[in-house]
Amino acid sequence: MTAIKFGTEVLRNEKITDDICRLTLLAPAIAEKARPGQFVMVKASDDFGLPLLRRPFSIHQATTDGQLQILFKSIGRGTAFLAKRQPGDILSLVGPLGKGFTLPSQPTNICIVGGGMGTAPLFYLAKKLLRSNTEHKAIKVFLGAATASEIKVLQNDFAGLGGLTVLVATDDGSTGHHGLVTELLTDNLDQAGNWQVYSCGPHPMMKAVASYCFARNWSCQVSLETLMACGISACLGCAIRGSGQGVDSNKPYLHVCKDGPVFAAGDVAWE
Amino acid sequence: MGIDNSLKVDIGGGLQLKNPIMTASGTFGYGSEFADYLDLQRLGGIVVKGISLQPRPGNPPPRIVETSCGMLNAIGLENVGVENFSSAKMPFLRKIGTPVIVNILGDSIEEYSELAEKLNVIEGISAIEVNISCPNVKKGGVAFGTDPVMVKKVTESVKARTSLPVIIKLSPNVTDITATARAAEDGGADTISLINTLMGIAIDHRTRRPKLANIIGGLSGPAIKPVALRMVWQVANAVKIPVIGIGGIMSTEDALEFMVAGASAVQVGTANLVDPDTAERIIDGIGDFVEELGCQSIQEIVGTLRTD
Ligand SMILES: Cc1cc2nc3c(=O)[nH]c(=O)nc-3n(C[C@H](O)[C@H](O)[C@H](O)COP(=O)(O)OP(=O)(O)OC[C@H]3O[C@@H](n4cnc5c(N)ncnc54)[C@H](O)[C@@H]3O)c2cc1C
Ligand SMILES: Cc1cc2nc3c(=O)[nH]c(=O)nc-3n(C[C@H](O)[C@H](O)[C@H](O)COP(=O)(O)O)c2cc1C
Ligand code: FES
Repeated sequence: MTAIKFGTEVLRNEKITDDICRLTLLAPAIAEKARPGQFVMVKASDDFGLPLLRRPFSIHQATTDGQLQILFKSIGRGTAFLAKRQPGDILSLVGPLGKGFTLPSQPTNICIVGGGMGTAPLFYLAKKLLRSNTEHKAIKVFLGAATASEIKVLQNDFAGLGGLTVLVATDDGSTGHHGLVTELLTDNLDQAGNWQVYSCGPHPMMKAVASYCFARNWSCQVSLETLMACGISACLGCAIRGSGQGVDSNKPYLHVCKDGPVFAAGDVAWE
Repeated sequence: MGIDNSLKVDIGGGLQLKNPIMTASGTFGYGSEFADYLDLQRLGGIVVKGISLQPRPGNPPPRIVETSCGMLNAIGLENVGVENFSSAKMPFLRKIGTPVIVNILGDSIEEYSELAEKLNVIEGISAIEVNISCPNVKKGGVAFGTDPVMVKKVTESVKARTSLPVIIKLSPNVTDITATARAAEDGGADTISLINTLMGIAIDHRTRRPKLANIIGGLSGPAIKPVALRMVWQVANAVKIPVIGIGGIMSTEDALEFMVAGASAVQVGTANLVDPDTAERIIDGIGDFVEELGCQSIQEIVGTLRTD
């Protein structure tokens, strides 16, 4: 496991849209260990130490030359602070944390469903799947976003990986399918096939994906979010209800930072 | 002599710590969670997550929310229970060699005293810290810690069942903190620690809902430091037994302020969640301070607040 805490240097801050940023950090010790689906706790506080608590972000990409990326939307104080970081700034990170996605060891059909910022960890997942020794039969990526500008860059990045198909849905219809990303699944997935599904995004979307997979008996892994104080399983604040079937079947709650953030969809109580 | 001895502190009941910095219950797991971030052997003491007789599942989510300069938590005392603690958590803690202080909680006097008895025979425990901020189920759920009569009773019954030093951890949710402090002292407490979290609520004005499922949570972090300092000062002046200061300690300066106010030692809480190596940083800082001051012992600054 051995996660670590230390100062990392900001190498780049790309503005994807007005409020979506991609930060590239020099963090070799974390990048080296990072697995897709894991996250980092980032200190996003000003000189007065506020906001107090670190903010969790999925690892968007980790490279062999020690670079680590996070992709995020500015929605509050912490993310607004991070959006203003400049190359050369130092950020304190703790990570890599949590359990990531489990990659199939046998060739299979893979379906990735991302919504909004939930797309962040899925890029690293796709990259690892493509670079693994297992040659998968098909990799289909479905991305949902509010509007075209929020997804264009990522759509291109995924497509640029090669060896996979990318389909997009937007709330306003400005690109791709006009509607929910989950509406794309039935027309684009061979229903007779057996798919390994990975999903991250807004809770209702993952819930829909999970029940879609339950109905077809497809294996599904989801990456969940909660508010977190520590990210290192010390505060027990990140509890979610478990289904009572999974990892800790005798316990009513699972902890996102330790048991997750990636869970088998069947382990989670979808309320 | 050297630096090592100069940081030693007595915290009552015959317990001596190598330095005055401990980690507060509920913010440091069972110790092992922090092994990657700091040297556990350097800590003055480790106070583990509150333990009950039976495992407790804790409260429904959301359990935490950040507030101005602090956080509210309603974890609901989730813990593994005393049996699991003894078999699964103690072996690791014993190996470190740092004094282990076990925080206990219960919903009746019997539960507290049964816990005290069980812990008494587990090897490697240095003291018991009694969390009396829990609701007394038999008395309509009013917290033990708000009623001096109950505080004395809980203290007496825990003391009667263990030979370990007993620290009573006071609730700040009272009108007169010196009344509960004196009650603990009268009951035979070896040490008093304070403060536990202050009760609070966070509200989402758009949904008009509380941000915590439990509605009420406990406030911790820098926001509570002035309240904690005031209470530590009042209690240190009201009792003869040693006092441990807790509440919003983030830095060496914060820790020293508590000692000047009258605390023989301190516990670092929420800061562990923010920076898991905070406690070790503060130990370094206290060491530097003692050297700079050229004093024989850090204990020389305890209770030296000048009010003239
Ligand atoms: C494991 C994990 C991985 C994450 N990965 C990413 C990522 O890759 N990219 C990304 O953009 N975000 C990600 N998040 C969410 C991110 O942590 C929050 O957006 C961030 O903490 C907000 O901080 P803030 O200070 O800007 O907002 P605050 O000022 O704290 O909050 C602003 C508003 O947003 C709400 N809010 C805060 N956190 C969340 C949340 N997690 N979900 C929904 N609403 C929230 C608050 O209640 C408040 O109303 C992840 C969360 C988790 C738990
Ligand atoms: C997440 C969390 C869990 C806590 N759990 C316990 C507990 O189990 N028992 C206890 O006596 N105090 C518990 N506390 C209170 C702390 O030990 C401490 O008294 C309080 O947080 C004030 O210190 P701080 O401001 O440094 O955090 C908890 C606090 C937090 C933030
Ligand atoms: S965030 Fe603290 S235990 Fe998970």
